[in-house]
Amino acid sequence: MPLSPIETAASARHALLTMWTTRRFEEAVDDLFARGLMHGTMHLSIGQEASATGACMALRDDDAITSTHRGHGHCIGKGADLTRMMAELLAKETGYCRGRGGSMHIADVATGNLGANGIVGGGIPIAAGAALAYQLRGEDHVVACFFGDGATNEGAFHEAVNLAAIWKLPVVFICENNKYGMSFSTEKSMAVDTIAERASAYGIPGVGVDGNDVAAVYDVVHAAVERARAGDGPTLVESLTYRHKGHSKSDKNLYRTREEISEWRDKDPILQFEGVVRERGLLSDEEIQAVRTEAMESIRNAVRTANAAPDADPSDLLDAVFAQA
Amino acid sequence: MTETAREITYSEAIREAIGQAMEADDSVFMLGEDIGVYGGAFGVSGDLYHRFGADRIRDTPISELGIVGAAVGAALAGMRPIVEIQFSDFTNQAMDQIVNQAAKIHFMLGGAATVPMVLRAPLGSGTGAAAQHSQSLEAWFAHVPGLKVVMPATAEDAKGLLLSAIDDPNPVIVLEHKLLYRTSGPVPEEAVRVPLGKTAVRRTGSDLTIVATGVMVSRSLEAAEILADQGVDVSVLDPRTLTPLDDAPILEDVARTGRALLVQEAPGHVGYTAEIAARITESPTLYRLLAPIRRLSGLNAPIPYAPQLETASVPQVPDIVDAALTLIKESE
Repeated sequence: MPLSPIETAASARHALLTMWTTRRFEEAVDDLFARGLMHGTMHLSIGQEASATGACMALRDDDAITSTHRGHGHCIGKGADLTRMMAELLAKETGYCRGRGGSMHIADVATGNLGANGIVGGGIPIAAGAALAYQLRGEDHVVACFFGDGATNEGAFHEAVNLAAIWKLPVVFICENNKYGMSFSTEKSMAVDTIAERASAYGIPGVGVDGNDVAAVYDVVHAAVERARAGDGPTLVESLTYRHKGHSKSDKNLYRTREEISEWRDKDPILQFEGVVRERGLLSDEEIQAVRTEAMESIRNAVRTANAAPDADPSDLLDAVFAQA
Repeated sequence: MTETAREITYSEAIREAIGQAMEADDSVFMLGEDIGVYGGAFGVSGDLYHRFGADRIRDTPISELGIVGAAVGAALAGMRPIVEIQFSDFTNQAMDQIVNQAAKIHFMLGGAATVPMVLRAPLGSGTGAAAQHSQSLEAWFAHVPGLKVVMPATAEDAKGLLLSAIDDPNPVIVLEHKLLYRTSGPVPEEAVRVPLGKTAVRRTGSDLTIVATGVMVSRSLEAAEILADQGVDVSVLDPRTLTPLDDAPILEDVARTGRALLVQEAPGHVGYTAEIAARITESPTLYRLLAPIRRLSGLNAPIPYAPQLETASVPQVPDIVDAALTLIKESE
């Protein structure tokens, strides 16, 4: 039974822990990468934690998600195992994808995570298809489909949202608008003011929300999830947020100002939420500190355990290309 | 046996396979453009809409990327979708979902998920539909690890290979030749599977081995009759599935005849038969060749509209006869 991040002390603690865990996970991989201990590339969602956490808290365990290249927060929000995530990024055999996928392809079908995606917009039709499967089988699962502002300019977005709308599929389209598709700002990439208003082109509701307010995200997504579960079809949610870090490891931040970044750092979603729970008396300072410590410890433990695991094994690469009947 | 005496068309055979698969398994459903009341652009889905209803024979908007992606998602969530793409040329609209998603998900996720979907699409020329409705793109799909690729050449295979494709836990691209839809042949009434990855020996001869795909199989068999009248005895082999390729019967037959003629409708440059030629030259069969391998392919040009131009663009029966006779001469 989903509970709002500000409903009970336990739900507040869960929200805060999920956000801190996501933050510490990404800080850890950022650090490992900087020290040459992690390979490849990755896309960090530092600054966007409220969006992923609030949305995932509005789901039941048996609901599903599709995620993006910036998907660590979605995975953690949906209950992924931190050690298996870290092991995947550290190219270990014990990783979620046995080292075949890396940061952009973590999935955990058991927890309803149908997968991150390296293609912008690639997961949107897939989310519609999973929702179609649930509808055809008469099951009441809902799919939360995450994507960024950039994806809404892809044909896949248009085709999939239209399909979901005409078939009233149980899916919630959650656009995490962090204002930039790599370096290209939404001001330049679209001639409308908001992404939410694009919903009107498909005859579905479009709702904007402060993506740095975890409780507000929960409320909006929860209403959309319940609407979808009731058979009333999809909603487009625009969660306005910001990534503190660059797009990926090649980003020199040439397209945005220090002032803008600093302004959004002041709106840090985790610190904001700590203020809210303190003010509402949901968690004490000691309890907040305990959450921070727990998040840090769980990530340290994940790094330690993952590092000790065997490296991904190339000996059976060909066996994994096709599934065996 | 009585059931093998029954003859139905290639198109009816496909419809029968889909109907039997849908009766046997609730997770099988079909989606595509105009497959409902319309019955499919080539009439393949026919009455399935009336038998199974609008949910399971699902008409879609003209959204190839969306519907292939929806099939990928439904397959991930435990269904066994069959997507019909109206012309295989339109798979170009859906390539991200076919190549970047369906083909790779099982591998990228370390084996944690499967995508048991079938994508059926008509390919090939011969209908005067010109360059955007007549291509043979099978080599593209066969080049992508993670896709199985099937090209049925007979009504029996159209049914049996499709049933196997539906059973398969992987994405399978089934490329049906549009000139074959109205051809007939014996087809078992029961849901008899033809396994993927088994080359069919359509005819055995002593002088030369023809390996052909799609509509070139029946053209090669016709050519074989003409060649027989001229005293040339040829084998005709049909790989049926391009991925996985069962090359052993091909290598054995070519080793026996010493001559290989590889026939495809697609342009020759980097075509599928180049792979077969490579398999021959990479095997000890190379030492048994009496003449260089010869490929007969479509022109390296888009398919034109005018009938005489279209016919001139892809191998016809006399071209196969000529190529075979030339190959025989070269080795004398």
